[in-house]
Amino acid sequence: MAERYIVVGGGLAGLMTVIKLAEAGKSVDVFSIVPVKRSHSVCAQGGINGAVNTKGEGDHPEIHVKDTLRGGDFLAEQPPVKGMCYAAPGIIYLLDRMGVTFNRTGEGLLDFRRFGGTLHNRTAFAGASTGQQLLYALDEQVRRHEAAGLVRKFEYWEYLGYVRDDSGACRGIVAMDLRSMEIQAFPASAVMLATGGPGVMYGRSTNSTINTGSAAARSYIDGVAYGNPEFIQVHPTAIPGEDKNRLMSESARGEGGRVWVPKKKGDGRAPRDIQESERWYFLEEKYPKYRNLVPRDVASREIFFVCRNLGLGIDGKDGVYLDVSHIPAATLDKKLGGIMEIYEKFVGVDPRHSPMKIFPSVHYSMGGIWCDYEADRNNDLLRDSPRQQATNVPGLYASGEADYAYHGANRLGANSLLSCIYAGQIGGPAMISHARNEKTDVPQAALDSGAKYWRERFDSIYRMQGSENPYVIGAEMGELMTRTTTVVKENAELDAATGEIQKLLERWKASNVLDTGRTMNQSAVYVNQLWNMLVLAELTIRASRMRDECRGSHYKPAFQLPEPKTKDPGQDPEWMKAWRARDEKWRKTTVCTYAGGQHQIDYQPLKSLQVENPILKPEPRWYG
Amino acid sequence: MTSTIIVRIKRQEGPGQPAHWDEFHVPRRASANVISVLMEIQRNPKTSDGRAVPPPSWDAACLEEVCGSCTMLINGRVRQACSALIDQLEEPLRLEPMTKFPLVRDLCVDRQRMFEALKRVRAWIPVDGTYDLGPGPRQASAQQEVNYVLSTCMTCGCCLEVCPQINSASDFIGAAAVSQVRLFNEHPTGKLNAEERLRALAAPGGVGDCGKAANCVQVCPKEIPLTSSIAEMSREATRQAIKDWLVRDERKSHGGPA
Repeated sequence: MAERYIVVGGGLAGLMTVIKLAEAGKSVDVFSIVPVKRSHSVCAQGGINGAVNTKGEGDHPEIHVKDTLRGGDFLAEQPPVKGMCYAAPGIIYLLDRMGVTFNRTGEGLLDFRRFGGTLHNRTAFAGASTGQQLLYALDEQVRRHEAAGLVRKFEYWEYLGYVRDDSGACRGIVAMDLRSMEIQAFPASAVMLATGGPGVMYGRSTNSTINTGSAAARSYIDGVAYGNPEFIQVHPTAIPGEDKNRLMSESARGEGGRVWVPKKKGDGRAPRDIQESERWYFLEEKYPKYRNLVPRDVASREIFFVCRNLGLGIDGKDGVYLDVSHIPAATLDKKLGGIMEIYEKFVGVDPRHSPMKIFPSVHYSMGGIWCDYEADRNNDLLRDSPRQQATNVPGLYASGEADYAYHGANRLGANSLLSCIYAGQIGGPAMISHARNEKTDVPQAALDSGAKYWRERFDSIYRMQGSENPYVIGAEMGELMTRTTTVVKENAELDAATGEIQKLLERWKASNVLDTGRTMNQSAVYVNQLWNMLVLAELTIRASRMRDECRGSHYKPAFQLPEPKTKDPGQDPEWMKAWRARDEKWRKTTVCTYAGGQHQIDYQPLKSLQVENPILKPEPRWYG
Repeated sequence: MTSTIIVRIKRQEGPGQPAHWDEFHVPRRASANVISVLMEIQRNPKTSDGRAVPPPSWDAACLEEVCGSCTMLINGRVRQACSALIDQLEEPLRLEPMTKFPLVRDLCVDRQRMFEALKRVRAWIPVDGTYDLGPGPRQASAQQEVNYVLSTCMTCGCCLEVCPQINSASDFIGAAAVSQVRLFNEHPTGKLNAEERLRALAAPGGVGDCGKAANCVQVCPKEIPLTSSIAEMSREATRQAIKDWLVRDERKSHGGPA
């Protein structure tokens, strides 16, 4: 077979993979459920991190590595993080060369701003729609390769599953044309899954409606290992909505935005009538060093505590103020224009003059498809290793939010755009290295049996005439997941949730397909996605139930260590002993596999901490 | 205010199929938008006269007006469904697909021609490669501010939908692609290939086909100054055509048989 590669997903991770392959002269087919220019990367707002150090702060990629590992509570394998942070300045320069309209300083240089979990101005940005601008830059480069004939786009095509040969290796994919409903198998020298996160599993989140996580979940069902599913990031600042929760970027706080509630319980006055002395800036008070820019998991927990435990939310309900009204309107327009417009358009209040009402929302999955890396003795990634971004299935790769790497137990703001692009940059060459060793043709029988399986599965979906509306099941799944598996987790609730999700899986079997048409039948597609989402939801609940500790976004009050007796926990030997025992037990990757309808959840020690010279020894994560 | 929202949706099972309207009653909720209404219909796809029908097909993704997916005609006006808030709309609501693009089904159309137009005008910066070649060119903050707005175009199709020059017989690329040429030609590196893009704009279906109705700028959800882009690119394309003609003349006079 002629060398040909498949990339599934047209967001930043997928497109960067495509570019790397095309640049090497390879033919690439890119599959996307939407025109790639409409991928979810457009929703990223605040910026992209890179220690370019233009503000005289002595920033360095090494500090970026430390911030990222610490931010992730030492659950990320370290060499990929090192590779990413050292590549970051070059990635930002590359995007600049591609024409991204980054904000500029007076001298015409790239401007950088503050983000959470760091004390440095490290985030390059294009207004407050950086993700959109970055995606457009890569989209343009891919279009250029498309015009040159190296890239074929399959837009409005959905990945259904991968094609396996007798050895279990991935030799292509089966995909469906979402307009004609035609199902086809495609051979490939290697396949990249860059299919994004599973936010839709939570019903309303900051995610796009296309973020079902179905492709990753289905791959898991078919034998691909999944890592750290219990680590779901809840972003502290979003506008709750009927259709989705809209993100209010961390950059609002990076530019000086402050979070507060009225000191008086149930204070019904308009926020502007509440004097400075009557406001409680709870993050600034508790975290004098990082103030409003503590990592997201910390900020979300504090907001939950203030609203749910203290009853100090606005009007006694869920909600706190995010205030940028003290910043000059011209500055806001220049640096945060995009999100100012979103708040104004969707809430009908001008945030330049009145504080915004926000509440935490599900935002990002640190967990995802497990993937490997290969590093040398200095913890530097090997350039041509086929192991970079490789899943446990030979020939199948994962990158972007769909992979589990880079962010550990909590992702730092503005590291996601970076990790997507970096994973694509190293994943593309790894696919080429893999293909070099794969000499045999893709067996036609494997392609045929893949296509046959899926045609039959969809035939049975078209025949589903039960009493259950699949969209109702989906909404109930979202409510269940949001209630039990987000900021605060309790074992009793998770036990109950396991039962409830199993009931939803049963009810799925009684679904009604609602639509038997053979043109753009979105209901049939949704029925298929929903099963995959339910399986992943069950896994997320089970993995959450099993991990009895607090780490990053995974928080179980019943397993919280007591407060240390000293401000710096390192000075409290007794506390350190307890922390060490807990940390050693749980500082492990959750590796999940699925077989015979059963979830198998195991814990693997981080291989990057088994070496002689790890990059950073784990330490208590402390932002006081 | 009534407790239900009445929404009428134009249905069509596929291209060339007969069109009809379905009416739905949807429970009214605070902060509802057209998307949340469409989601409600998915959960209960029954018309107001009690018929079970397939849920309407519609495109959506970001729901924050940055992806362009959910563009449709809402009460006759082209816009994104996500930012169409129910309490700001007249009822009964009328939802229809855009009319200037081939219909796929119900509210879904095929906007591929817009992406093809971006190919025609070479809307990219031909970087040497993705390896590390150091920083890009310096740019004035004022220039960045202009380019940023141009670069927020999400290829949603509003400008094409209202353009009298866009129809099944015309090959006009539309305002969005013209404005993208301006974006790349104003970039310090993009400038190096400005001539290629201008020649593409001067070709049939290019900026010359604009009829100056100026409807595009009225409907652009991102308030991109499309008419200024068209005016500027029109001037530049003409200048380029004259320059090319002179150079060709010069080339002739420099030797070779006449």
